[in-house]
Amino acid sequence: MSEALPARLVAMVEALRGHGLVVGTSETVDAARAMEVLSLADRTLLREGLAASLVRRTGQRRVFDAVFDVYFPLGVGARENDREADAASEPQDSVGSLRDALVDALARGSSQALEDVAASAVEALGQVHGGEGPGASGSGWSARQTLEQLRPQTTIVRALAARGSSEGFVERLDRDEVRRDVERFRALVQTEATRRTAEVRDRDRVARYAVRPDAEQVEFLSASRDQVLELRRTVQPLARRLATRLSARRRRRNRGQVDIRRTLRRSMSYGGVPLSPAYEHRRKARPELVLLCDVSGSVAGFAGFTMLLVQALRDQFSKVRVFAFVNHTDEVTELITSGEADPAALAERIMANANVAPWHPSSDYGRSLRSFVSRYGAAIGPRTSVLILGDARSNHLDPDLDALRDIVGRARRTFWLNPEHESRWGLGDSVAPAYAQVVDMHECRTVDQLSGVVSRLLPV
Amino acid sequence: MSERFASVEDVTDRLAELGYLASPSVATTVFLADRLDKPLLVEGPAGVGKTELARAVAQATGADLVRLQCYEGVDEARALYEWNHAKQLLRITAGRGETWDETRDDIFTDGFLLARPLLQAIRSETPRTLLIDEVDKADMEIEGLLLEVLSDYAITVPELGTLTARHAPFTVLTSNATRELSEALRRRCLFLHIDFPDPELEERIVRTRVPGVDEVLAASLVRVVNALRRIDLRKAPSVSESIDWARTLLALGADTLDEAVVRETLGVLLKHTDDIARARQHLQLDEADVRR
Repeated sequence: MSEALPARLVAMVEALRGHGLVVGTSETVDAARAMEVLSLADRTLLREGLAASLVRRTGQRRVFDAVFDVYFPLGVGARENDREADAASEPQDSVGSLRDALVDALARGSSQALEDVAASAVEALGQVHGGEGPGASGSGWSARQTLEQLRPQTTIVRALAARGSSEGFVERLDRDEVRRDVERFRALVQTEATRRTAEVRDRDRVARYAVRPDAEQVEFLSASRDQVLELRRTVQPLARRLATRLSARRRRRNRGQVDIRRTLRRSMSYGGVPLSPAYEHRRKARPELVLLCDVSGSVAGFAGFTMLLVQALRDQFSKVRVFAFVNHTDEVTELITSGEADPAALAERIMANANVAPWHPSSDYGRSLRSFVSRYGAAIGPRTSVLILGDARSNHLDPDLDALRDIVGRARRTFWLNPEHESRWGLGDSVAPAYAQVVDMHECRTVDQLSGVVSRLLPV
Repeated sequence: MSERFASVEDVTDRLAELGYLASPSVATTVFLADRLDKPLLVEGPAGVGKTELARAVAQATGADLVRLQCYEGVDEARALYEWNHAKQLLRITAGRGETWDETRDDIFTDGFLLARPLLQAIRSETPRTLLIDEVDKADMEIEGLLLEVLSDYAITVPELGTLTARHAPFTVLTSNATRELSEALRRRCLFLHIDFPDPELEERIVRTRVPGVDEVLAASLVRVVNALRRIDLRKAPSVSESIDWARTLLALGADTLDEAVVRETLGVLLKHTDDIARARQHLQLDEADVRR
């Protein structure tokens, strides 16, 4: 192995650690051995080999791929076929010809062709100049600029025409497949731009900023549409994981008490010697859960995610009731249970079918809590855990702490989950600190934090 | 260092001969697991061929497969070894008049030891492939047990001492990620995530497994399955479902896909009623009913 390689590998490991992957020294050594065993000639094999030794769980692969592309780029500078192309052509022409090339690649559905077009597109359209010289700050290659000029979505219709529709039944899939390829093309442009930028700028810096975080570490309040979709996909696996963790905890709890009758019965097969003792199983009562969610625009994503999660965990509770509010509280349990159709439309369904904002569209926590107590107070009993979700931004209206005290007094346990960063509680119209004196308030910005809180809440 | 495979291509070729078409990532990781002598932890959705991979490797290397199926509550006695208590009691009763020392020395010997999968794999005279299936189903305590086996290929039996493997077995652990495996276990393994294969590979897999299916049908079948994987389903159809579907179509004598056939056979691909409803909507199968 040459001198520079270990350094490059260690730098890459550092970058991976920066993105929350736990990579120990032994993994790094494994990766180096993998590099030695596989030759460096084939980049695909190298990528897979390093992934096998450095990645430890399923969700980390995307982060790894992005970092790998920065540290072990495909090449340096423009690709060979672009260098041969005429460099002096007008940008206007190149947009046209690039689109033609893209149409062609989409029509053939070939990944290699898509990659080539992405490379040429970044080369022709993506350069950003900032300051003097190649090392100056701000200069680099921008995927956004490339995509804005190229507008790949405009090629879908032409690509469909050029591709010629498939025969019979599968014809209906054509449009979807071309769309997916366009999405893939966007990702390729992004990778290419990152690669080129990493050459002119500090590699470690690019690795830090150009890689999207894991779904579980995305903040609810700032999640993009794609990330929200990705989050939703994690609900089922997360619920399953929480449920398993729980049943393991339950089992451990039960261990210890010997069931005399069954132990004696068992010992009969060994001539009365109690070789394998039998233990007692205790049945634990499952608690009831009441979920009280702010569904106003700012925190709707968070509330929706938590509702889905609780719904997926419903067999862990004897009863789950879900209430939504903006400035008035209404029960939405039915709307969520019948939510087999489309979780994406959950927020709209609640807004359309539940009476959550009868007077005006802005949040009013005090009035909502009061209306909850007066209409559904009976829903809370001594075995109920209450979970309140919201950012406690009440538009400077009366917070009505007494209503909250009433809820806390009746319930077995009450938690408030706030999707805002703790440092922002109490700023502006937030009344979080006042509520936090009455109820246990937790910061809950990411799926990681949410699953922590929910697993503490679950019965043992 | 064991060398079961000569190169990554060698892995691909030899597995392909047995009907297991490996993607580059699978082939590379198997090759590395062989060269670095490390166990292989395989994760991925159900039905993409995790267990099948272990079988194929076993067959390709000519090593018998020893399988430990994990489940909730699997314990030392089921995974490692157990003393045959009943036989020991018989031995004690039969040997009346013996001194205690003689009896004691005798009942803790090989003859009274019941070897379970892990011990079998370690003690074997011939090379073995060890498959620890669905390790996520087992309890945390079992992982601790596995650590010694996986890092040193050794098992300590207090009465007999430490038994070390003559041939380090090629070890595959599979997991469906129902629970987080401990960091210690993950660190001892190479990690491989098998995802749904890309369409070209899946087409080849379907045609290898179901030789009667022609190229056009295989291609369109894979395209439909891929379209279904992109929509939000409770259980996305896996490779094994694609293969089952191809078999079904073959049995029905359908040589092209049309609405009627797809509608009738969607149950082979999808296992939940609401998934089927959503798929019918997505593939515009219901409109045909309306038109009729």
